[in-house]
Amino acid sequence: MSKVLMKGNEAVGAAAIKAGCKYFFGYPITPSSEIPEYMSKALPEAGGVFLQAESEIAAINMVYGAGGAGARCMTASSSPGISLKQEGITYAAGAEIPCVIVNMMRGGPGLGSIQPGQADYFQSTRGGGNGDYRTLCYAPASIQEIVDLIIMGFDKADYYRNPVLICADGMIGQIMEAVEFKEPKKVDLPPKEWATTGTKEERKPNIINSLYLQAEALQIHNSNLEKKYKLMEENEVMYEAYGLEEAEVVLVAYGTTSRIVKTAMKQAEQKGIKVGIIRPITLWPFPYDVFNTIGNNAKGILTVEMSAGQMVDDVKIGIAGKLPVYFNGTQGGMVPTPASILADIEKIAGGTK
Amino acid sequence: MTIVYEKSKGLTDVPFHYCPGCTHGVIHKLVAETLVELGVLGEAIGVAPVGCSVLAYNYFNCDMQEAAHGRAPAVATGIKRALPDKVVFTYQGDGDLASIGSAEIVHAAHRAEKITTIFVNNAIYGMTGGQMAPTTLVGQKTTTSPLGRDEDLCGRPIRIAEMLATINGAKFVERVSVDTPANVRKAKKAIKRAFECQIKGEGFAIVEVLSSCPTNWGLTPVKALDWLRDNMIPYYPLGNFRDFEEGK
Ligand SMILES: Cc1ncc(C[n+]2csc(CCOP(=O)(O)OP(=O)(O)O)c2C)c(N)n1
Ligand code: SF4
Repeated sequence: MSKVLMKGNEAVGAAAIKAGCKYFFGYPITPSSEIPEYMSKALPEAGGVFLQAESEIAAINMVYGAGGAGARCMTASSSPGISLKQEGITYAAGAEIPCVIVNMMRGGPGLGSIQPGQADYFQSTRGGGNGDYRTLCYAPASIQEIVDLIIMGFDKADYYRNPVLICADGMIGQIMEAVEFKEPKKVDLPPKEWATTGTKEERKPNIINSLYLQAEALQIHNSNLEKKYKLMEENEVMYEAYGLEEAEVVLVAYGTTSRIVKTAMKQAEQKGIKVGIIRPITLWPFPYDVFNTIGNNAKGILTVEMSAGQMVDDVKIGIAGKLPVYFNGTQGGMVPTPASILADIEKIAGGTK
Repeated sequence: MTIVYEKSKGLTDVPFHYCPGCTHGVIHKLVAETLVELGVLGEAIGVAPVGCSVLAYNYFNCDMQEAAHGRAPAVATGIKRALPDKVVFTYQGDGDLASIGSAEIVHAAHRAEKITTIFVNNAIYGMTGGQMAPTTLVGQKTTTSPLGRDEDLCGRPIRIAEMLATINGAKFVERVSVDTPANVRKAKKAIKRAFECQIKGEGFAIVEVLSSCPTNWGLTPVKALDWLRDNMIPYYPLGNFRDFEEGK
């Protein structure tokens, strides 16, 4: 299929439909409102249902209901809206309901700003809602990638019976790029025998639930969830990395910032500094192991984020004290500049940072 | 031997955990019998609330989903949109429906969501140990209104049936009580009609059932029913507020 020029938020909707998503429940919020707008037109045309919920809380609970009934469904929002969805996300994780949740992150805390941000990293990778649970969390850096990850994300959600987060930011949602919608690969998925579709009085009732009143029973349930999360850690890590063996400075960035650091890297290389890049594509599970492949020339790691440095903790776990970890970040919807990143690269390479 | 009475096959064999004399059990039985009599048990998907009836998913012999506190109408909406031919119901207490989930119930009604809600009003939070509900009567003592509900401090109790009856999408609204055998029979009729409303595709249906909480009211089961009759019914009048055929 040929490429089409598409706005990020609209591509999110088109990708979901391509993946077989039949139900979208949402509530508008900048900078993700074009997702429900797109779905309100395209989903009915594709034989599905778009419903504008009364709140993000209602929207995620509608996803819980439809997902529990066996349907492929999705919701999307931006940071303050995702905060409201956290209740439903922990319930969906506890009840093992597959669904896809898109976050076009913006500046925070609170109402914050409507410009792009990456400060929902802790919320996305550490749980966000109550209890011991994890969600696969993908961080696309281009519109093509968000399309591919959403299509894959629906399969992963079904495969693991788990909510999947797509953590993009307002920049990805708002820009336009050429994108290709490839036919999704057929993935063998188990039938949804657990779904509440009516017993027809032919089988025992199915129950969708996250309540285990007996402490022992909850412990067993949680350790089963842990086993599932372990499998995700073993099999689902995705990243892009290059130049690590030779690098004097290693840059770590995801999403929009990963595009900016690439510019800074080119500028540094023109100045004769060797730079490597690690771009996590899954924020959870985080690509800790790739940090072991950094060569002996490295003097330090520079993490670049549109936050106060939330990913720094994971980078430190990855490098395990073998190299100093520095941070370059912007907040409030500001975007880091290649010039400031280059200045940090030069200082690290020159031993003055 | 002729069988005069037996447990509805709409209920599982799991014994209820409800306190002695609690009318949650009666209401479960009415819902279960209705599903069987309408021939929709195999098509039914129930949504259980957070509250004393949180374990309703163990008792109804149909597919069930457990919802977060107050969110049952949103969960039911998701189920019904995905499976429009199924019969979807929520079973909710007054804390669940009238307090934390007030937005969800209002908007489910507003969308004329084709679901049926059984709303159990016992004027108190049972499960958490007897705190004040939005439906607690003025002067009623609870663990968070130890001197009795003060109207100046927390307003007058919400009349949910009357409120929802103002919403166009609510096509069947009735308040019933389970304090006497005659009222239990009326309650059954209303519940049946509320499910028929859904099955006929008319829109949202709700039955508010005045129920007792002997444990947290601090009364014997019989005295609790007397209290319900003497105090709740005068403030929460029984009757039909809207019926899809009468176009009320
Ligand atoms: C988000 C959230 N807040 C509070 C609670 C605690 N809680 C459990 S049941 C309940 C009240 C239930 O009362 P009601 O709906 O009237 O049902 P009843 O127990 O009286 O049948 C509360 C506040 C909870 N589980 N979740
Ligand atoms: S606490 Fe009240 S509502 Fe709950 S089971 Fe006991 S009597 Fe019933």
